Amino acid sequence: MSDADPRDELVTHLPALRAFALSLTRNRSTADDMVQDTVLKAWTNMDKFQVGTNMRAWLFTILRNNFYSSRRKLNREVADVDNVFSDTLSVKPAHDGRMQMMDFKQAFDQLPDEQREALILVGASGFSYEDAGKMCGVATGTVKSRVNRARAKLTELLHLDEDDALELTDSATMAVVGSPGLPS
Amino acid sequence: MTTSEDPKKAKIAEYIDQNLKQVFSDLEADGMPEQITDLLLVLRAQDEAQKAKK
Repeated sequence: MSDADPRDELVTHLPALRAFALSLTRNRSTADDMVQDTVLKAWTNMDKFQVGTNMRAWLFTILRNNFYSSRRKLNREVADVDNVFSDTLSVKPAHDGRMQMMDFKQAFDQLPDEQREALILVGASGFSYEDAGKMCGVATGTVKSRVNRARAKLTELLHLDEDDALELTDSATMAVVGSPGLPS
Repeated sequence: MTTSEDPKKAKIAEYIDQNLKQVFSDLEADGMPEQITDLLLVLRAQDEAQKAKK
């Protein structure tokens, strides 16, 4: 039986938690406030965390509930967005790769909150549809539908269904994704 | 029976997911702001103080 303090594990999830907050809010100041609230809530309610379950999922759930609760209170769909995506390219790949990634971020930025959230949870963070559904408080099929609609919208915005689109973008993508020195 | 669209759709989905992972990785590397690291220091200090009282 391990005596490890789950608070130590919490710290290891902070970069991913903040990335999730940034992708939801698209605003550094709001994201940082949300991460602080989440850390405070998680820290003071650590006795409610079930050891052996997925702490990242637990933290993401607290944060996204906070986000949608705040959005409802403000009664607005349109967030105060800064250029959080375009500012965060950690390396400067070849010009074409950089342009492709900027295009992708701008297209991603145009998705509705729920679709952006579903794509980040399933596509980037590797949660199953089922887990993402539990985290979002919706059915698994709803998450699948959101992911499919998000992919369809990105396909449309980036013209990915044109016959030569992916052939043209493959080398550019590899320039970004395959860059050495990127954090794993 | 698969259609000729399926491999294309799968390729598009893979392209999107690769880019998503890169976006998320860039955001993770953005650096933790002081207000959050400071909060952790305060919370740890509070815990230590409570433990010392017991």
